[in-house]
Amino acid sequence: MSDLLRGRPRHAERVIMGVLVAAASVSIATTIGIMASLLVGTIAFLREVPIVEFLLGTQWTPLFDDAQYGVLPLVSGTLVITAIAVAVAIPLGLGSAIYLSEYASGTVRGILKPVLEVLAGIPTVVFGFFALQFVTTTLLRAAFPGIEVFNALSAGLVMGIMIMPMVASLGEDAMSAVPSGLRDGSYALGASRRQTVIRVVIPAAMSGIVAAFVLAISRAIGETMIVTVAAGLRPRMTLNPLEGMQTMTSYIAAAGSGDLSTGSVAYQSIFAVGFLLFAMTLLMNVAGIRLVRRTRRALP
Amino acid sequence: MVSMPEPVFLLDRLRVCYGDYQALQDVSMAIDDRRITAFIGPSGCGKSTLLRSFNRMNDLIPGARVAGSLTYRGTDIYGADVDPIEVRRRIGMVFQKPNVFGTSVYDNVTYGPRVNRMKVDLDDLVEECLVRAALWDEVKDNLRRNALALSGGQQQRLVIARCIAVRPDVILMDEPCASLDPIATTRIEDLMRTLAEDYTIVIVTHNMQQAARVSDRTAFFTVEVDDAGVRHGRLIEYGATRQMFSAPADPRTEDYISGRFG
Ligand SMILES: Nc1ncnc2c1ncn2[C@@H]1O[C@H](COP(=O)(O)OP(=O)(O)OP(=O)(O)O)[C@@H](O)[C@H]1O
Ligand SMILES: [Mg+2]
Repeated sequence: MSDLLRGRPRHAERVIMGVLVAAASVSIATTIGIMASLLVGTIAFLREVPIVEFLLGTQWTPLFDDAQYGVLPLVSGTLVITAIAVAVAIPLGLGSAIYLSEYASGTVRGILKPVLEVLAGIPTVVFGFFALQFVTTTLLRAAFPGIEVFNALSAGLVMGIMIMPMVASLGEDAMSAVPSGLRDGSYALGASRRQTVIRVVIPAAMSGIVAAFVLAISRAIGETMIVTVAAGLRPRMTLNPLEGMQTMTSYIAAAGSGDLSTGSVAYQSIFAVGFLLFAMTLLMNVAGIRLVRRTRRALP
Repeated sequence: MVSMPEPVFLLDRLRVCYGDYQALQDVSMAIDDRRITAFIGPSGCGKSTLLRSFNRMNDLIPGARVAGSLTYRGTDIYGADVDPIEVRRRIGMVFQKPNVFGTSVYDNVTYGPRVNRMKVDLDDLVEECLVRAALWDEVKDNLRRNALALSGGQQQRLVIARCIAVRPDVILMDEPCASLDPIATTRIEDLMRTLAEDYTIVIVTHNMQQAARVSDRTAFFTVEVDDAGVRHGRLIEYGATRQMFSAPADPRTEDYISGRFG
């Protein structure tokens, strides 16, 4: 009886648990720290600039004598480039994922997956110069003679290519995880491979695919180097992808590495823009988790 | 004098290999029309392999090859101009683990007719197939509910309903009761007996009583080890179930069905 009740103390397990809790605490503490510093800077900023002017203003000129802090040009720049990137990454990525998981033979998959992973490992600054020096000058100039040197289109296209491997890899994981019994069930009813992919495999892998899309969008919103190098640093309120624009991230990068005096409104604006960026990605992720839950309820 | 019906399948020295490995040695047999044929034998003797070659499910396994001949109602199943998709529509299959799709009961049953663009009234078909699969009374109140919410035995009957919805000619069943309790098993066996009036059924089972209860003919396979130490599946004995279970011709069959082997 007493053997059952009073176990030996398990020191090793306590230690392991302590280490794990500490590891988890570091990441939680970092997140809280980032949020707190963003919040403090943002509150200080909003004491100088009314929130309505910040959120709805269409001029972003922090360095002018008559400084304007309307964030919409940065938001529109971010959204235009994200939209272009996602329009490239999602179809190409999903297509590659379907090919890799359902059509490619073992050998082809064994070659292509590492290639995709190499593509995902290229530093983003390299992609940025590729966009500026090759995509704009060689490809886009031929198609659109009036295109500016710094433009949203080249940044968006190249960013899409950069994100595509991630969508492909996560999508392939999700589809490969679909039990082969479901595929067999579909084929045994006289379905073709295309029908099996569209009607059985993709719906069953939907939560993983949606997660891949959400991550792709978050990644595009947060990407900094490509836009800094290829899209220019002029905040402009435009939807024309042939023009240069500044995104929220490239503003933070440029202003943060400049020589703004701490405590100035322009300096605090970095935090406000950062906070807005954080809120947008958070919203994306919450929406993504919601979507995943909803599709999980409808599907296996 | 009763005229002998034409067999549904005729196998002549059928052999199946996975890559370099020959899983099944020359099988020659005939499968009767509108009868239940049972495949029994120890694990790894190639029962599933043989069953999957009947509807070309082996095509989906990389490296799987079939040699010899397998004719279905006079047509070579592996003929150059045969469409495997059409083969699978005529020759349905029920698997060991119930593999319902994560959609509604209704959508599960209508999946086959939809992908095959059958011109039928889907509502009528769903009712008819669920009634035949002895599942209608349990699900008729809510055909929209997710099939994964059904019990294992209900799921397996749904899979059978889904299978007969494409109006196949033959139903292949690979250990359909392996994951079911005795009550659900009895229901599936009763169902097989009624289905055998209209369909040719081939069933793989590890349950000797089940083979004895439901089947008309039984084929016993075993594993033989060749000189190089490689294991191959081989058909040992094939005959009327009653005969096989009362007076098997081969001692290996007798050992197996009396539980002295495998
Ligand atoms: N996809 C495959 N690739 C390679 N070898 C396989 C494959 N499927 C089966 N085999 C091999 O073929 C032989 C026969 O397998 P099979 O699954 O047909 O046996 P079985 O009689 O159905 O066994 P069980 O009763 O355990 O289901 C085994 O040696 C097995 O290892
Ligand atoms: Mg088997």
